[in-house]
Amino acid sequence: MAEANRLTIADARDRLRARDISAVELTETCLNAIGDAGALGAFVHQTPEIALEQAKAADARLAGGDAPAMCGIPLGVKDLFCTRGVPSQAASRILEGFRPDYESTVTRNLWDAGAVMLGKLNMDEFAMGSSNETSCYGPAVNPWRRAGDETGLTPGGSSGGSAAAVAADLCLGATGTDTGGSIRQPAAFTGITGIKPTYGRCSRWGIVAFASSLDQAGALTKSVRDAAIMLEAMCGHDPKDSTSADLPVPCFEAALDGDIRGRKIGIPRQYRMDGMPEEIERLWATGAEMMRDAGAKVVDISLPHTGYALPAYYVIAPAEASANLARYDGVRYGHRAALAEGEGIGDLYEKTRAEGFGPEVRRRVMIGAYVLSAGFYDAYYNRARKVRALIARDFEAAFADGVEAILTPTTPSAAFGLGEMQNADPVRMYLNDVFTVTVNLAGLPAVSVPAGLDGAGLPLGLQLIGRPWNEGALLNAAHVLEKATGFVSKPARWW
Amino acid sequence: MPDALSYTAPEAKVIRGAVSDWELVIGLEVHAQVSSQAKLFSGASTRFGAEPNANVSFVDCAMPGMLPVLNEYCVEQAVRTGLGLKAQINLVSAFDRKNYFYPDLPQGYQISQLYHPIVGEGEVIVDMAPGIARRVRIERIHMEQDAGKSIHDMDPRLSFVDLNRTGVCLMEIVSRPDIRGPEEAAAYVGKLRRIMRYLGTCDGNMQNGSLRADVNVSVCRPGAYERYRETGDASALGTRCEIKNMNSMRFIQQAIEHEARRQIAILEDGGAVDQETRLYDPDKGETRPMRSKEEAHDYRYFPDPDLLPLEIEQGWVDDIRAGLPELPDAKKARFVTEIGLSEYDAGVLTAEVEAADYFEQAARGRDGKQVANWVINDLFGRLAKDGLEITASPVSPAQLGGIIDLIAGGEISGKIAKALFEIVYTEGGDPAEIVAARNMRQVTDTGAIAAAVEQVIAENPAQAEKARQNPKLAGWFVGQVMKATGGKANPKAVNELVRGKLGL
Repeated sequence: MAEANRLTIADARDRLRARDISAVELTETCLNAIGDAGALGAFVHQTPEIALEQAKAADARLAGGDAPAMCGIPLGVKDLFCTRGVPSQAASRILEGFRPDYESTVTRNLWDAGAVMLGKLNMDEFAMGSSNETSCYGPAVNPWRRAGDETGLTPGGSSGGSAAAVAADLCLGATGTDTGGSIRQPAAFTGITGIKPTYGRCSRWGIVAFASSLDQAGALTKSVRDAAIMLEAMCGHDPKDSTSADLPVPCFEAALDGDIRGRKIGIPRQYRMDGMPEEIERLWATGAEMMRDAGAKVVDISLPHTGYALPAYYVIAPAEASANLARYDGVRYGHRAALAEGEGIGDLYEKTRAEGFGPEVRRRVMIGAYVLSAGFYDAYYNRARKVRALIARDFEAAFADGVEAILTPTTPSAAFGLGEMQNADPVRMYLNDVFTVTVNLAGLPAVSVPAGLDGAGLPLGLQLIGRPWNEGALLNAAHVLEKATGFVSKPARWW
Repeated sequence: MPDALSYTAPEAKVIRGAVSDWELVIGLEVHAQVSSQAKLFSGASTRFGAEPNANVSFVDCAMPGMLPVLNEYCVEQAVRTGLGLKAQINLVSAFDRKNYFYPDLPQGYQISQLYHPIVGEGEVIVDMAPGIARRVRIERIHMEQDAGKSIHDMDPRLSFVDLNRTGVCLMEIVSRPDIRGPEEAAAYVGKLRRIMRYLGTCDGNMQNGSLRADVNVSVCRPGAYERYRETGDASALGTRCEIKNMNSMRFIQQAIEHEARRQIAILEDGGAVDQETRLYDPDKGETRPMRSKEEAHDYRYFPDPDLLPLEIEQGWVDDIRAGLPELPDAKKARFVTEIGLSEYDAGVLTAEVEAADYFEQAARGRDGKQVANWVINDLFGRLAKDGLEITASPVSPAQLGGIIDLIAGGEISGKIAKALFEIVYTEGGDPAEIVAARNMRQVTDTGAIAAAVEQVIAENPAQAEKARQNPKLAGWFVGQVMKATGGKANPKAVNELVRGKLGL
């Protein structure tokens, strides 16, 4: 079937089950699309043999008649996930040549459900970045362009390859990870759906760690329904991750009844920022209007500590990263610097890490080491932890007031040009996360839904933040928003 | 019954310097490897002596994306140890990362418990001599991962790393600076070792590295320590140096002695002691700095985000407490107060739990003092000759008890008993049966003894005449009769008969 790669997961599932199309055909269509899309830089490692083998097995299961929803669905996997026997290097030179002997729990869950792995997807190095430009492979490119302008745009980051691949129909869905917005911002920049579940929903086992208390896997898909289907297959309790929640996983798709009448949707006044583009402001207001039209009670809420979230995040995340990345030392795997005669272990560390880590990773490791160092710990790390607790309390208070979901813009702007921020103060790049980091600090689930196009024809996203462990209700609200916006635009193919 | 006997504190050791007298103040950080099959966070085996890098999981070698999962058994052993040291158990504790780079530390950080240890304050009674013991306050016990082993002497250009020990659970037992001499320090380590062996939480094998100590030593003028104890102000004490990673009691004593003298020499010379980490070189008999100041670590401790705070329940702690064995202090006190042993003997018998168990089995229903003498003098002596542990004793408690019963029943003499013990030790068998089969029973039949006496007197008329003149010489006849009866005659009966027949 031509262009089967353009199907949503939900449609493909139905067709696969109807034996209208085979998993092998669907997989081959995606592999062809990937082959034609080199210019997007989305896939950094393709696994066609694995894909076709898995597709064959999926077809056999589908023929049996009781295949799970994800059976036969071709996916891309962010390079941060360790996949057995397949290069997994977090887009970093320091993990050059690393092929793990184990499979991350999340991808294991997906393959157990019959999903098909097309390959590994580009990302910012160690998930540190908001533009995919810190990747050792070079950036992934946004399939969207400004009207009448051939400037290459960022697909966002860190899950930029995942977003570009899904937006360009190279796969039906992709895994991502989100530490400060790394699923939601790229989803917004590429006109697709991205969900980060509650911290602890997805096992972190086998995912290269960036900031352990913030990292959470999630899904990038073409619709909210797809996000529900895919997320359900990814999550679940894992005894190998002590922070994984021992809670049953409900059927998220079943929650999509489209009824949010009487539900309270909060609009946090602190998210209205100085200098925010008017288009974003308008989009947000329109979104609120749509929720109201669907019967929700839209209320103003206050999340008073929002302004401290970004600095707190940029203390906590680098602190944890500085320790998490200490294991990349050239001793056991990955890149090892060549030493001159007479050089010792200290030189091995310094050279290996200087050569293996890109500038943004080095910067964050240094920030992290600094904020944890003797004499600064209380001023930075401990203060940030306190701020984090206050931010979580802000949300708790809102939810205690009966708010079911909180509506905000996903990003303060549409996708920007690759290289545009190259010489900018790094803090300007960090500002991309201003609406998303609060969610990670509080461990909440949130979803970005494409909600419209800006004046240049680029997609913009709205974010819904949900109650912990209530992804079903969150996705239902997102589903309502999705229907109301009626966003169906696709990027014009140029690649 | 008292949990422990009452003691008075020993005198602090005094070192005479060139200028004045000095006292020592010592605190120890003892690293005890938890006796568990699996590591603290990885489930890999802890077996000692395995091929290099055989006991290494993906977690231990810090592969990307690997996560620690706490071993509940190790937590239980830490709690047991805490209870054994009469310490406070913290129902909420937490794990922190201690960051530093070294090849035998694959994660680049050690998971430890800096801010919230699982065990708080406790106490250890360090017995030095009968009636004398030092009470050493325990500050805390925390759990942490052991590091691996770097091997630098196998290749001129390369170092090798063995990660078998990486991630094994250690308990770090931190004392207050309450120890006042090298002997006390060694005795303190010995006492901790004894308590943990009773508890089964650490095998105490210092040679294999299951028990290691970092020793903090400072010196002060007499009186300064008392000021510190009164005020709690540690500035009354001298600057301390930490001697790292000692795995022998003898070296601990030597190192403290050397370090104290080094510090005294500096101070008496008008210098100041630098607070630093040092290593003891037993070959040279000196301590030297471990690293220069520029290399001093900032460990950047912070809570490990991969692990949730550890919450345990009081009920679980109570269950563990209820299952604790009788510990050395209580056992020793009971041996003294109930069985009537001397404190010295009770101390010897309770030094190892296996010896105490042996003694108690052998002493059941018997005279405890007599059994204690046999165990300490005869059994321990014989085992030491063969280099055997009590657990490998060829003579079981029941067999030893059997020998003692034969003495008590008058069936064999003490002398025969020694011979019987040697037979049981080397050949085995039931003591009573051996006595019967080999005709070792004491002859109490006065008729038979009388005949033997008459024969000896008849054969030695000249001796008999002398003995009648000088009764002291009657002993010669007793010896001859004993010889004639193969030592089986009851010596008391022989003596009476000899004197009777000689008319004394």
